Amino acid sequence: MSSDIATNIPRDDSPLSVHQRPVRALAVQVLGPATVVCGIVWAVAQPYRIALFDRDGKGFYDYLVQGPLLVMLVGLVFAVAIAPGLVDDLAGGVSRDPEA
Amino acid sequence: MIPKPEEAHWLAASVALFVGLLLVAELIVGRDVFRERAWRAYLLPTVVICSSVLLWVITIFSTFSMLHLLAHAIWAQAALVAGAVELAVVRGKLRSPRWSLVPAFALFVSGVAFLVHEQDAWLYSRSAFLHHAIGWMLIVVALFPLGQALEPRRVVWRAGFALTFVLLAVLLFADRDAAPIFGRFGLSGP
Repeated sequence: MSSDIATNIPRDDSPLSVHQRPVRALAVQVLGPATVVCGIVWAVAQPYRIALFDRDGKGFYDYLVQGPLLVMLVGLVFAVAIAPGLVDDLAGGVSRDPEA
Repeated sequence: MIPKPEEAHWLAASVALFVGLLLVAELIVGRDVFRERAWRAYLLPTVVICSSVLLWVITIFSTFSMLHLLAHAIWAQAALVAGAVELAVVRGKLRSPRWSLVPAFALFVSGVAFLVHEQDAWLYSRSAFLHHAIGWMLIVVALFPLGQALEPRRVVWRAGFALTFVLLAVLLFADRDAAPIFGRFGLSGP
């Protein structure tokens, strides 16, 4: 048989299948916004935890360290600094995949 | 200019939440993809080592109680050792999955330190309740890195380890210096 037709079956070394990658990319993209939403829900549920809304007797650290805002900040940092690169690298894995 | 204990705990909770998100992301995409960029591979050990330095700073200010000073020193040391081992693993200096025994030991010792340095009973206050809850949680979740060391291929161990930090963040964010245990539900201490 001609070797142009009968070639070796490419071996998939990747631990993730092509179909799994979009789901995983979506999951990574959702992590940050979901965390931000948790912070917003907390802020709505307990507005007194935010010093800006309840200024009586508040000091420097009360403004610097506010639980709901910290949760939002962590989610935002993850969404902006971590998730896009991970999604790109997952997509790069798809483009390099012989089955893609 | 020293922050209140609850504010220090919320800062620690933020770091724990960030570590938890990183570990969950690594779990989702896989270790190879997560470590494809060098800065991302080094991010986790860097965050853990920096948090240990901040814990040493808190230790310096914990002079109001010998037990608190010792407990914070133990947490700082545990984070430093765990971060250093993770750094060596990322660098490729340590290859055996058995090195997961180090974070397992760090979590176990940290849990014991939580329980030992809390002098009040569970229902005395929210702070006391959370110290007991976090202490026992850390002792139990030490099984996850222990499982990783013995069965490195099982996802459940890595998932449990990642969610440990998210749960730790939730408990630390719930901390207040002076508050009834469950707020308006009336389960308050003296």
